[in-house]
Amino acid sequence: MSFVEVSRLTKRYGDTQVLERVNLSVAKGTFCTIVGASGCGKSTFLRILLSQEVQSSGTVSVDGTALPPEPTPDRGIVFQRYSVFPQLTVEDNLVLAEEFATARWTGRLFGSARSSAKQAVAETLSNIGLMAAKDRYPAQLSGGMQQRLAIAQALLMRPKILLLDEPFGALDPGIRVDMHDLLLRLWREMEMTVFMVTHDIHEAFKLGTRLLVFDKVRHDPDSPEAFGATVTYDLDLKSGPVTEPPTEIADIIYPRPEETTDARSS
Amino acid sequence: MALFLGAIPFLGLAGVYAAASSARLSANPADKLLPSFEQMGTTFWRMATVPEVRTGDLTLWVDTFDSLQRLGLGLGVSVLLALTFGIAIGFVPHVRSALAPFLAAISLIPPITVLPILFITFGLGETAKVALIAVGTAPVMIRSVAQAVLDIPREQIVKVQTLGASVWQMVTRVVLPQVWPRLITALRLGLIPAFIFLISAEAIASTTGLGYRIFLVRRYLAMDVILPYVAWITLLAFLIDRALLLFSRRIFRWAFLEGEAL
Ligand SMILES: Nc1ncnc2c1ncn2[C@@H]1O[C@H](COP(=O)(O)OP(=O)(O)O)[C@@H](O)[C@H]1O
Ligand SMILES: [Mg+2]
Repeated sequence: MSFVEVSRLTKRYGDTQVLERVNLSVAKGTFCTIVGASGCGKSTFLRILLSQEVQSSGTVSVDGTALPPEPTPDRGIVFQRYSVFPQLTVEDNLVLAEEFATARWTGRLFGSARSSAKQAVAETLSNIGLMAAKDRYPAQLSGGMQQRLAIAQALLMRPKILLLDEPFGALDPGIRVDMHDLLLRLWREMEMTVFMVTHDIHEAFKLGTRLLVFDKVRHDPDSPEAFGATVTYDLDLKSGPVTEPPTEIADIIYPRPEETTDARSS
Repeated sequence: MALFLGAIPFLGLAGVYAAASSARLSANPADKLLPSFEQMGTTFWRMATVPEVRTGDLTLWVDTFDSLQRLGLGLGVSVLLALTFGIAIGFVPHVRSALAPFLAAISLIPPITVLPILFITFGLGETAKVALIAVGTAPVMIRSVAQAVLDIPREQIVKVQTLGASVWQMVTRVVLPQVWPRLITALRLGLIPAFIFLISAEAIASTTGLGYRIFLVRRYLAMDVILPYVAWITLLAFLIDRALLLFSRRIFRWAFLEGEAL
C-alpha cells in the first residue's frame, strides 16, 4: 500500500466532466509534478487532495485512511495568490498557527508567550530570507517574498503532504530559480510528499521525482465537456534530470492553435 | 497650494453671501432673510455661552450633546447588527440563502416612512429616534459587511483551516480583521443618511437637539440661528468622518497600503 492511493476518481460539475478514472499510487517522499493543458482539472485534483472539494466518485486515501471531509493541518497548501493574510505582518503570519494551537478562544498570544512564539519562528524567517522584512505587511513584499512566506507558513504545521498550485506562476523567471532551491531544500529536510501543479514544463522536469500529465483520452468534438481528464503520462524522474522534455508532453501542455482547429474540423 | 486652491470656493461663497446680505440689509435693516456674519456670530455665541432663562441650559451644547448621543446610539446599534448579521450572511451559505432576499427587500423601504410606526411603537421618546437611525442605516451596513466577507479570497479560508483554526478562530482572526476597515467605510457613508434621519425625527417630536432647534426657530424666520446651525452640523459631520478615517488608517494600516483611499 502506497502513501497516497487514488482509485477510480471522477469529478463532475453539473454536466461538465472534469476528471475521470484517475488511478494513482504515490510513495512517501515523492515530489510529484503535475502538468496539463489549462482548464483540464489539475487544480480540481489538488482541491480534492486537500478536501476543499469532494470527488463525485472513487476514493482517495492517505496512509491507509480515507480523506477527512475538511482541510486539516496534515496537508499544507500554497496557492498562486492570496495564500497569506494581508492584515498580519510577515512575522505574525508565521506566529498565527501557534496562536491557533495554544489560545483556543482568543486566537492570540500576549506578553511572554508571544515573545517565545516569535522566537520560535525566527529561524524560519532567516531560512526564507525574510528576517529584515518581518514587520512588513504582505502588500509591502515582492511576489517572490510573498510566496516564500506562503511556503513557510504552509510548512509550520509540519504537514505530511504539501500541495502547490502553480506557486511560481506569477514570478519572474530569475526569481523562480531561487524558489526552486528553497523548495527542494525544504522538501529534503522535512521528508514530505509534494504535489505541485505547474504550467512550466522545464520546472516540472527539474523539480519532480515523478511527473504526471493530465489530459483527456476521449474527445467528443460536439460536447467538449462530456469527457474528463486522467493521467496520460506517468514518468519516473528519479534516474536523473531530463534536460530536454519530450515534445509530445509539451504539445499537451501548450496546445498549438492550428492543432486545436484541425481536431475540431476533422 | 492645494490648501489654497481648496479654499477658493469656500471664500467665494462667503464673499457672495456677504455682498447679498449687505445689499439687503442696507435696503431694510430689519431684514431677517440674509443676516450679516456679525449677527450670526453674535447669536451663535449667545447660544453657546449664555444660559437660557427658563432652563438654565447652554442651548447649543445641550442640542449638540443630545443629537450626537442619538446619532451614536443609532449608529452603534447598526454596527452591532452589521457585524452579527453581515458576518453570518457572508460566511454561512444557508443564512445567506435565508436572509439575503429579505434584506434586499427591507433595504428598499424608505426609512422615514416607518417613523410613524416607530413613534407609535416606542412613543415619542429617545428610543424611536435611535431606532429610526438604526433602521435607516443598518440594511446598507449589513450588506457592506456581508460583501466584505464574501470578498475574502476562498484561498484564505482554506489556508486557515490547514493551519488548524477552529471556526471561531477563523472568524475572529481572519474574517473580522478584514471586515473592520470596510465596516468603517460603510459607517462613514452612512453618516449623512444618519444625520438626515436624526434631524427628521427631532423636527417631528423632540424638545432638544440640533434638528429640533432649526425647525423651532423656523417659525420666527430666525435665519441667524438656522444658518450657523447648518454650518455647525456640517462641521460635526466632517469632523466625525475625518476622525473615522484617521482611526481606520492608524489601526488598520495594512488596508491602506495599496491604492488610494478617500
Ligand atoms: N466550482 C466549479 N464549478 C463549475 N466548474 C468548475 C468549478 N471549478 C472548476 N470548474 C471547471 O473545471 C475545469 C477544470 O478546472 P481547473 O481544475 O481549475 O483546471 P486547471 O487547474 O487544470 O487549469 C474547468 O473547465 C473549470 O471551468
Ligand atoms: Mg489551475
